Amino acid sequence: MQAVMYIVRYLVFPGFVFSAVVGLLTTWVDRKVSARVQLRVGPPWFQPFADTIKLFGKEVIVPSNARWTGFLLMPIIGLAAATLASTILWSVNLAPERTFIGDTLVTLYVMTIPALAMIIGGSASGNPLGALGSAREMKLLFAYELPLTIAFLTTIVKVGSFSFGKILMYQQYNGVMLGSVSGVLAFIVAIFCAQAKLGFLPFDIPEAETEIAGGTHIEYSGAPLAIVRLNTAIMYLVVPLFIITVFWGGVNFTGWRILTSVLKYVAIVVIMVLIKNTNPRVKIAQAVRFFWGPMFAISAIAMILAIIGY
Amino acid sequence: MVKKIPIGPFHPILEEPEFFELHVDGERVIGMDMTIGWSHRGIELLSEHKTWDQVPFLVERVCGICSCSHPYAYVKAVEDLCGVEPPLRAQFIRCIVAELERLHSHFLWTGLAGHFLGYNTVFMWTWRFREPILDVLEAVTGNRNHYAVMKPGGVRRDLPQEEIGNVLKLLDTLEKNNDMLTKAIVDDPVIHARTKGVGVFNKAQCRLYGALGPTARSAGYDVDIRRDHPIDAYDKVKFNVILCEHGDVFDKAVVRQLENFESIKIIRQCLKLIEDTKPGDISIEIKEVPPGEGIGAYEAPRGEVFHYVRSNGGNMPMRHKVRAPSFNNILTNELSVLGNTVADAGLITAAVDPCYSCTERVGIVDRRDGTRRVLTEADLVRLSHEKTELIRKRFAEGGGNR
Repeated sequence: MQAVMYIVRYLVFPGFVFSAVVGLLTTWVDRKVSARVQLRVGPPWFQPFADTIKLFGKEVIVPSNARWTGFLLMPIIGLAAATLASTILWSVNLAPERTFIGDTLVTLYVMTIPALAMIIGGSASGNPLGALGSAREMKLLFAYELPLTIAFLTTIVKVGSFSFGKILMYQQYNGVMLGSVSGVLAFIVAIFCAQAKLGFLPFDIPEAETEIAGGTHIEYSGAPLAIVRLNTAIMYLVVPLFIITVFWGGVNFTGWRILTSVLKYVAIVVIMVLIKNTNPRVKIAQAVRFFWGPMFAISAIAMILAIIGY
Repeated sequence: MVKKIPIGPFHPILEEPEFFELHVDGERVIGMDMTIGWSHRGIELLSEHKTWDQVPFLVERVCGICSCSHPYAYVKAVEDLCGVEPPLRAQFIRCIVAELERLHSHFLWTGLAGHFLGYNTVFMWTWRFREPILDVLEAVTGNRNHYAVMKPGGVRRDLPQEEIGNVLKLLDTLEKNNDMLTKAIVDDPVIHARTKGVGVFNKAQCRLYGALGPTARSAGYDVDIRRDHPIDAYDKVKFNVILCEHGDVFDKAVVRQLENFESIKIIRQCLKLIEDTKPGDISIEIKEVPPGEGIGAYEAPRGEVFHYVRSNGGNMPMRHKVRAPSFNNILTNELSVLGNTVADAGLITAAVDPCYSCTERVGIVDRRDGTRRVLTEADLVRLSHEKTELIRKRFAEGGGNR
């Protein structure tokens, strides 16, 4: 019985179906806000759903020189990983007692798998631009993982535990991490890293439509492309939720706290969309310099402040 | 390891088919190969089969963006051949339409450059600012593009008196918007990081490659046909030729932004001067074109466009030669991409504001086995016949056309 419950949690709520629906709705918020910033009207709310359904009905083309196992499997592996991260995060937020030791580290690792999957998928596509996109994604991954991990560790240092349950509990009794200096600094670093993790401007370098025509995504079509996009949509839900859980007291669906939870989420999404719409794309060397320079410095300062108790 | 990265023939950064082959070592570009000729339309030959008055409508369609500059150069060539000057009012109207066209073209480029940088907000905003220019062009000439206003000996449509106020109002808002946009470009640190020192093409190289227009002026190479050989009303108005010195993508953007202010200035002066001319006096009749040759040149938004016509006294040009500025400017990419990264290559090739359709010349190269061999007409005919045979055979076997 327990096993069935786990499967239902993973596949329906709060796993795949729920994450996909909320994730796609988030991409709609993104598109709508972007459109308003750019003085356009923007799509209706069901547009991301219509796009996904349409893509599932399209022909799947595998390039003749692609290695089809890697090319077709990788989107699915990425989707499975994103769904797993979403399931863990929602489970602990809805019921903090469901936490297990080290679930934060598991989530942090699982969150890198979609990027790794796209690296393999892009290089398996047999397209030189896909390979170039993979190379860029790899460099970007190396660049942002370091500051993101350090920013996340500031919370761990303060709380003294590696489980989400303890982190949420700590914030409930001692106030959210954002209330402290180290928390604010780490939060800023995390937002920029999230921008890179989701492949948003100014760090959409691996896809860079106008430079390498989609990069890692270039050869995907039909259902695999729909899965890649679902993957992005779910990550769009996972990454802000991770930031809220670690720095902003998590989400809660009892009573009036539903409202604040939704507001927190929308606030982070809007911040990310605004960054996305007010910056041109940087080059990969500039991105690496940015993450290993200022971002690393800020996260290190936050870490030191956390250790000495600020 | 040297790898080859294709940009084109169809690529999101190219608004028209064009093929650039980047030779890269990692992300660094160490060489480039270009192939043009993907949308050849045979305009020169077509125009040798049209009457003198029909050709302006044809050469307008050389390019949708400089659809005033090409007819302008052509009518100047015909007027040079006949030795006539159009009435003063026509000169001012030509000048106004041509400068409005430069404005919309430069706005279009700034928007596209924003898009190429991944800065879609700039793209959308700039194109929104550009829209009223097209509306005014429609009010003044009857069309948003392909204005059909040029004619040997004058213009086809008088400037409606009641539209002058609208044009002036547009210029006021445009000046404000352009000011904002220029500041946004000059002040943005990320744009600096992306465009400064990128795709440098210096003054000496400009002279060597015959670069034209904003591409040349951004490197401090002082060419502007409007000032050097003023035609029509250009010697009656005052304007500055904008020069920068570095020749990188940033300077190319700045030159275009500042030129917008000069265009606004020129249009204001023309609108003032046009009040002293008689409404309705917009063209003289050219009864016949004598035998001989004529040349016409005009500073299109991308640089000097040059037209040559030769007449044998008949009602059609015997020879009509078009030289568009992009033909010179696209070649500059060969040097300016070297040493930059793939991320910049697209931006650099776009920074000369290439207009591929203006440039296309016929040239057939066989690339199947890596060797370059120009096919003769007989070869093409043979290949065509072979393919027909092949398809016919396939149909005979009941295979269908796949």
